[in-house]
Amino acid sequence: MAKRWNASSSPHWRDASSTASLMRDVCVALIPALGFSVWYFGRQALTVIIVCVLSSVAAEYLYQRHAKKPVRVNDWSAVVTGLLLAMNLPPTAPWWMCAIGSAIAIILIKQIFGGIGQNFLNPALGARTILMISWATLMTATVVGRGSGEALDAVSQATSVDALTQATPLALSLVNSRSPYTASQLFLGTVPGMLGETSKLALLIGGAYLLVRRVITWHIPVTFILTVFVLFLIQTGTVWEDGSSQSALYQTLSGGLILSAFFMATDYVTSPITPLGKAIMGVGCGLILWVIRAFNPSYPEGCSFAILFMNLLTPLINRAFRPIWFGETKAGEVKGGA
Amino acid sequence: MNAWKTIKNGILDENPAFRLVLGMCPTLAVTTTASNGLGMGAATTFVLVMSNLFISSLRKVIPSNIRIPAFVVVIATFTTIVQMVLKAFVPALDKSLGIFIPLIVVNCIVFARAEAFASVNPVGLSILDGLGMGAGFTLALMILSSVREILGAGTWFGIHIMPAGYQPMGMLTQPPGGFITLGIVLALVNVMMKSYERRKSARKGIQL
Repeated sequence: MAKRWNASSSPHWRDASSTASLMRDVCVALIPALGFSVWYFGRQALTVIIVCVLSSVAAEYLYQRHAKKPVRVNDWSAVVTGLLLAMNLPPTAPWWMCAIGSAIAIILIKQIFGGIGQNFLNPALGARTILMISWATLMTATVVGRGSGEALDAVSQATSVDALTQATPLALSLVNSRSPYTASQLFLGTVPGMLGETSKLALLIGGAYLLVRRVITWHIPVTFILTVFVLFLIQTGTVWEDGSSQSALYQTLSGGLILSAFFMATDYVTSPITPLGKAIMGVGCGLILWVIRAFNPSYPEGCSFAILFMNLLTPLINRAFRPIWFGETKAGEVKGGA
Repeated sequence: MNAWKTIKNGILDENPAFRLVLGMCPTLAVTTTASNGLGMGAATTFVLVMSNLFISSLRKVIPSNIRIPAFVVVIATFTTIVQMVLKAFVPALDKSLGIFIPLIVVNCIVFARAEAFASVNPVGLSILDGLGMGAGFTLALMILSSVREILGAGTWFGIHIMPAGYQPMGMLTQPPGGFITLGIVLALVNVMMKSYERRKSARKGIQL
């Protein structure tokens, strides 16, 4: 006779959402940004996306098969890791780098620590950072997509540095106080950059979808983006002002901030549980990102480092800001004695 | 315990870096190139053998209450000799190993062998133990540093051995690469030792 009693601890409230359905929602939310990057960067971007997804799924399958664990490839989490990794790579990334990155994300960062739900770092960001440290030139070389050539020519003539013809908005901000990009270019995404980070419009559409579907809450993205905006506003005192590349709006719309805030920092496993904890995570990410961008001349972008650092703090945040139970005092004792 | 067993113990069953997980500072820090790994392994082996020899011969003279200071004096003597020899004959190696040569004085492997082996065993066996442990440590350093140098710089002992199109994975020669490589190699060694022990006990006919 089949087992009919399911003994488990509370909560007993069940609904239809599952790991697979949440992960599918993330995939759907990534479609606008992925579609834009394929349109903007062309076939290279499509190749990067396909290689990342296929090698992530293959790495997950092979590891679980070999380690004699249940094969859970159909929970879509490897697909999401692959997509997120692809969005954090330059469209020029060679196929072997995509494959190594996927293997690092799935095996080294996720599976070795116990698989889904056990990783202490965001797999895609951890892999991106390892690739970044290993192959810095390949990781920072970005192509110019369609339609942004003119602005860049102006810059390269002004500074007579050829390498800058492919520099991202943030790389430019290190050498150039004036930006050749307009706010609408930055917002729509017709600028060079990592594969999935350029179009803020597409990312916001995807982020809004995640919020509406209640896959994520607003706490981390809003506090993260707002912290960066406010800190740069305090530092430079300008919102935009002729496109100064240190201005608050330029910095908010440049680089991987929007992508990271909605899709990377909100990873369930590596972000705090409570709303207050999430807000602290968002503010912390923003603060570290601002410090790296404003004061570190060697790295124009610091989203990965900021989020990875807060990933490591997440267990501490969870412990320090544990909600107080009903009937419990602040010191953690139960009122009335027990 | 016979001679061969003592040496094999240091290389295989109680490999200081992979099985006892001792001496992690030099293991992580100097294994950026194969020549560094070999140099560090040789220097440590020399100190191990000589300090084991002297501590073992003095084991009946050293009062147990002050044995630690006595060990330090013996070990520091040979570390100083190694350092002077390196400075005189291979200054380049001395420069790249830097602080980790004087730090052999406080290397846990040397101390552990003095305390656990040389101070309770006869001179001959203690020398063999120093040789075995030194060889095991050198082997471990060579494995780690070869992986890190070949994949991280495309060279081995400074000679290009990877194909021209190979893009070296720079992270492996940096500190995080040391931790990651050590973790992966330790995991592989554990897998290998498990199957080795299973075979050994199967040979003896022991049912696990």
